[in-house]
Amino acid sequence: MLEVTGLKAGYNRVEVLRGVDISIRPKEIVALLGSNGVGKTTFIATLSGLIQSWSGEITFKGQDITRTDAASIVDLGLIQVPEGRHIFPNLTVQENLVLGSYRRGRKARSANLERVLETFPRLRERIRQKAATMSGGEQQMLAIGRGMMAEPELLILDEPSLGLSPLLVEEMFELIVELNKQGMTILLVEQNVHLSLEISNRGFVMENGAIKLTGTAKELLDNPDLQKSYLGV
Amino acid sequence: MINFSILLPSILNGLTTGALYALVALGLTLIYGVLHIINFAHGALLMVAMYLVYFLYKLFGLDPYLALLVVPAAMFVIGYVLQRTIIGNASHGRDENILLVTLGLSIVIENLALFFFASDTQVVDTPYAFDVVELFGAFLPVPKVIAFVGALLTALALWLLMGWTDLGRAIRALARERKGARLVGINVDHIFAMSFGIGIGVLGIAACLLLPTYYVYPQVGHGFVLIAFTIVVLGGMGSFIGALLGGFIIGVVEAVGGLVLGESLGQIGIFVIFILVLLFRPQGLLGHRA
Ligand SMILES: Nc1ncnc2c1ncn2[C@@H]1O[C@H](COP(=O)(O)OP(=O)(O)OP(=O)(O)O)[C@@H](O)[C@H]1O
Ligand SMILES: [Mg+2]
Repeated sequence: MLEVTGLKAGYNRVEVLRGVDISIRPKEIVALLGSNGVGKTTFIATLSGLIQSWSGEITFKGQDITRTDAASIVDLGLIQVPEGRHIFPNLTVQENLVLGSYRRGRKARSANLERVLETFPRLRERIRQKAATMSGGEQQMLAIGRGMMAEPELLILDEPSLGLSPLLVEEMFELIVELNKQGMTILLVEQNVHLSLEISNRGFVMENGAIKLTGTAKELLDNPDLQKSYLGV
Repeated sequence: MINFSILLPSILNGLTTGALYALVALGLTLIYGVLHIINFAHGALLMVAMYLVYFLYKLFGLDPYLALLVVPAAMFVIGYVLQRTIIGNASHGRDENILLVTLGLSIVIENLALFFFASDTQVVDTPYAFDVVELFGAFLPVPKVIAFVGALLTALALWLLMGWTDLGRAIRALARERKGARLVGINVDHIFAMSFGIGIGVLGIAACLLLPTYYVYPQVGHGFVLIAFTIVVLGGMGSFIGALLGGFIIGVVEAVGGLVLGESLGQIGIFVIFILVLLFRPQGLLGHRA
């Protein structure tokens, strides 16, 4: 579904991604792991067309999207729920969600909205509330709900469990599994190595702007290197 | 002592003038709210719009009110293209550059106007320019009443646009959260240009409503923009209702000030208010603290 080869990118002149290779198959849950500052967020920003890559190639559903603009990438169904949520604080919950379907037909909207509100009853209760006044957990739900409104085929979640209480983290991971069952392919960027590998099919470990380690979730969980550096065992 | 029978006409007059000020301020506040810049070319573009109305009348005999069908759309296109080409590109995304670019634009536009149209004042003679209606015992010029209604309708239309359409939601979303906007597929350059275009398009409406009672000359924008800027600060930067309310307040203060202090000193009240607002409520009447 997604093929990335030799992807290089950075900010100004500073190279952050030094040749990333990743492939994701349809209906998979794939975890992208790595410590702070290795370039995970930069990588998915490049996938979404938020920053231009320097070299390398990205194909999505067989189509070269290396130079495609962000809006057209949304059209193709590659949707990102960003780190830090980036919801629209001055808009209501409903307006935030409706904008999630900005590139989708009007007819699809109400169906999408209904589906999202089924998934997050909390959002339905607060449908007219300004997003800025929501709690952190509710804002995270809203960010994911907004992503779901875009009818994602590949949903990228950047640290969705950040700042959530343990109970909510649990629910968050259950939700991801549920979305995957509904047919979405998931790329999960996480610090929470153990939990994310438990629900993933495969994982990639990024180090210093490149993929250092890859394998099935089980292989990675059993890998002594990974255990040492990320699980603190 | 001033009695009510002369105070009322003065207040009503102030409200009608204020509505026109509000129109100029609405565009300014919209552009500020979305692009976070003060558009220094606003006055010059108002002048362009007024000349458009004037020449449509002069060359084709088009009534200023019929020009409402053409001039706002033309100004919208001018604004859209300006933002998409000169302002957006020359600024390289830096706010202080945009400021300078719009300032430069205003100088170029005004000097072109001086060169081509000379500094003579021009008027549009309409048969109804001196018609009056009686309202609560006060006599008001018909064009001013029309301008008042037109300004309210424009504000209402803008409010509906911003609140209930995809475009409006996209504009408001982009105003506060650029990354989020890009991630839902909002085309940033296009929406910035639409916002600028709408702000300038509103100037086109203002020009059509103004010309039956005002005259046009190359620097006509200066006075309006100074007042509009005061209104934007008074109402709260980026607030629509604030701009409308601010327009009315300023219009009334100017009219009543003129009555009390004499015509030439009427505007003093505006600047007293401006300074008081900056001192005691810098976020404006309806603005939010930064
Ligand atoms: N906008 C930017 N301008 C310049 N440098 C940046 C920018 N964003 C990120 N960087 C740098 O790029 C590197 C990679 O950052 P990135 O956010 O991709 O890491 P990350 O793997 O997502 O980290 P974390 O787990 O902390 O979110 C860091 O060194 C960071 O300082
Ligand atoms: Mg990150």
